[in-house]
Amino acid sequence: MNLLTLFLSALLINNVILSKFIGMCPFMGVSTKLSSAVGMGVAVIFVIFGASVLSWALYYYCLVPLGLEYMKLICFILLIAAFVQFVEMFIKKNSPSLYKSLGIYLPLITTNCAVLYVALDNISQGYNFIETLVNSIAVPAGFMLVLVIFATIRERLAGSDTPEAWKGNPIAFVVAAIMAIAFSAFAGLV
Amino acid sequence: MSEPVKKRGFWSEMIYNNPVFGLYLGICSTLAITTTLNNAIGMGVAVIVVLTISNIVISLIAPLTPDEIHIPVYIVVIATLVTVVGMLMQAYTPELYSTLGTFIDLIVVNCIILGRAEAYACSHNVAESAKDGLMMGLSYTFSLLAMSLIRQLLGTGVIELSNPMNNQVIFSLRLIPEAFEIPVFTTQTGAFLTFAVLSALVAAYKLNDEKKEKAAAKAKADAAKLAAANAAKAKVKEAA
Repeated sequence: MNLLTLFLSALLINNVILSKFIGMCPFMGVSTKLSSAVGMGVAVIFVIFGASVLSWALYYYCLVPLGLEYMKLICFILLIAAFVQFVEMFIKKNSPSLYKSLGIYLPLITTNCAVLYVALDNISQGYNFIETLVNSIAVPAGFMLVLVIFATIRERLAGSDTPEAWKGNPIAFVVAAIMAIAFSAFAGLV
Repeated sequence: MSEPVKKRGFWSEMIYNNPVFGLYLGICSTLAITTTLNNAIGMGVAVIVVLTISNIVISLIAPLTPDEIHIPVYIVVIATLVTVVGMLMQAYTPELYSTLGTFIDLIVVNCIILGRAEAYACSHNVAESAKDGLMMGLSYTFSLLAMSLIRQLLGTGVIELSNPMNNQVIFSLRLIPEAFEIPVFTTQTGAFLTFAVLSALVAAYKLNDEKKEKAAAKAKADAAKLAAANAAKAKVKEAA
């Protein structure tokens, strides 16, 4: 498969949030402020890239030779948890301000479905190493793209006059629906 | 999450502590797989099974688990259960398994399950944890059913249920003629919109309830004040 096609389709057409609904929890949780959205986006790109490349290596160099393919779910999630723990310690030591602003969402990256999804997707699509690299960058980049756009919209939304019951998340979902319509236009791109 | 102070009925509890529309947990799968009733029931049952068993197991092993590594331990328990459920579904309901796809594997990272393990199961006994798992699983399933009913009905005009073991249609009912279907409800946009409307409804219910409670409390306070004033008046009269 053409690598550019793969990149574009993972970034825009099959956008992880708007078309696959993966990683919704941090999407709703940290999208109220632009600065934390950017921080979360960067953290997610880093974690997904690292974790899914490591998972790919673990699968093809360890699980397949041993015939333990059915253990992939357990192995991947442990690998991701360990990797996130490592990233958390690293950020805590090197950038306390970023650590403060991301707060509880860093450990939650472990349970961000996007991380596990990319790791599993690379295997189930049968990507080779280069394709895995491209996919593992494109998916979280798409996540960050939508997260940042969404955060800017929500910052404006916070000041607008919304009916009481729609305040907060419900109206945010309406915004997401409109964004999904916009992104569906990318379907003809490739 | 704090324990509810006053006792609520089953349905009111389902709405108040609804993990999906109230707490916004486990949204990914809710949005993604609720295109048909069948998917919703399959996913709901899988989550009920995993959640109940994981709550039981975690409440048993919680006292033995060192605090620093409790999350990895819980995740391994959950991942094991999900692998088992996934294999069973692959064997007995292959069609359903292939439509639900990765979302069965992604039950591992469904926030509801780890959330309940952290917030409830690790500090309660086995029976309570099992009950909590069942309740949470049921209210998750109800949310899925509500979403999928709306989306399937408006999107395809048909309510259909089939046996997941052999794909025989159990019943199928066309409520909306073909010309009036709104196919957008089967797409991503429809998922977001349905979710927005349902979560706004839940929020409206809560607001209304709170208002009623406040009004009741105010009426009580007013009555107490009135009684006190009357008593004071009576006293004054007596003194006179």
